[in-house]
Amino acid sequence: MEKRLSAAEKMKRHNRIRLIIQASFATLSNGYIRGFARGKIFTGVSKKICVPGMNCYSCPGALGACPIGSLQATLNSRDYKLALYVTGLLVLFGTFLGRFVCGFLCPFGLIQDLIYKIPFVKKIRRLPGEKALRYLRFVFLAVFVLLLPAFIADFTGLGQPWFCKWICPVGTLEGGIPLVLLNSAMREAAGFIFRFKLIILLITLFSAVIIYRPFCRYVCPLGAIYGIFNKISFYRFTIDSTKCTGCGACQKTCKLDIPVWQNPNSADCIRCGDCKTACPNQAIVTGK
Amino acid sequence: MTFLKKHPLLIRLILLSLGIALLLGGIFRGEVATVFKKATHICMECIGIG
Repeated sequence: MEKRLSAAEKMKRHNRIRLIIQASFATLSNGYIRGFARGKIFTGVSKKICVPGMNCYSCPGALGACPIGSLQATLNSRDYKLALYVTGLLVLFGTFLGRFVCGFLCPFGLIQDLIYKIPFVKKIRRLPGEKALRYLRFVFLAVFVLLLPAFIADFTGLGQPWFCKWICPVGTLEGGIPLVLLNSAMREAAGFIFRFKLIILLITLFSAVIIYRPFCRYVCPLGAIYGIFNKISFYRFTIDSTKCTGCGACQKTCKLDIPVWQNPNSADCIRCGDCKTACPNQAIVTGK
Repeated sequence: MTFLKKHPLLIRLILLSLGIALLLGGIFRGEVATVFKKATHICMECIGIG
């Protein structure tokens, strides 16, 4: 009983530390407080650099650029059909951290984590066809982030940021809602697309009460990219086979239902570290 | 997969070199200006207005 209690305390401490890191990074990424007061966005030099997580650059507080928005902005411009700068940044973030970014550094991940704490009659661990649904984020990446912005252009040669325009709920939450509330010109301009994206946002947020991180699981193109790096990044998990008994405690505690003891570096793993904390034999180690 | 397991450090070093090369290539081509321009103007598409 005493051992169980200490395991629960260990998990509580781990979750508290993670929450502090997530909140600190979200605050750091959106630290332009004056923007929220004025209904305008930050225009300083730090916006030349992409932040590692999903954070709309039209959020009044954003101090950096969104990597997915920047990727599309480069691909849909008249001048470039390859986005070397943003891809380079993503390769570096991915090689060092993999989806640790999702678990610890993504502001929209934090929002979903907080929403999931809201009690609900029945939380769902997996949807029917879960495995196939998780591949959807690669479809969003390929079609809406890469192909459509790069190849569909208007008569002037300019494309559109298709993922931002038609799907991304992050832009609606962090940029759209604050700007529409704070800026009267924006309020007047809001029409069909704004309402459409508001519905997508509401579906995402409501789903996040029932399913853990629905956007990260099924939609996020950034998570799809970082997931590819999970197997090779410097920050990775290894199973110490001399200690692992195959009890499955890691999978039971994983809110994404990943069999960590069999596949410690799954592309779906957001590196929240719950499995590592829950393992009774400390068989999950970082690095190597 | 076996190569990946046998030489993880080598693969990471290759990826880091590739990342740095792409980053520098992008900076050299002036892509940073495109990112900066987009990030410092309200993106109407992102917020659902454009």
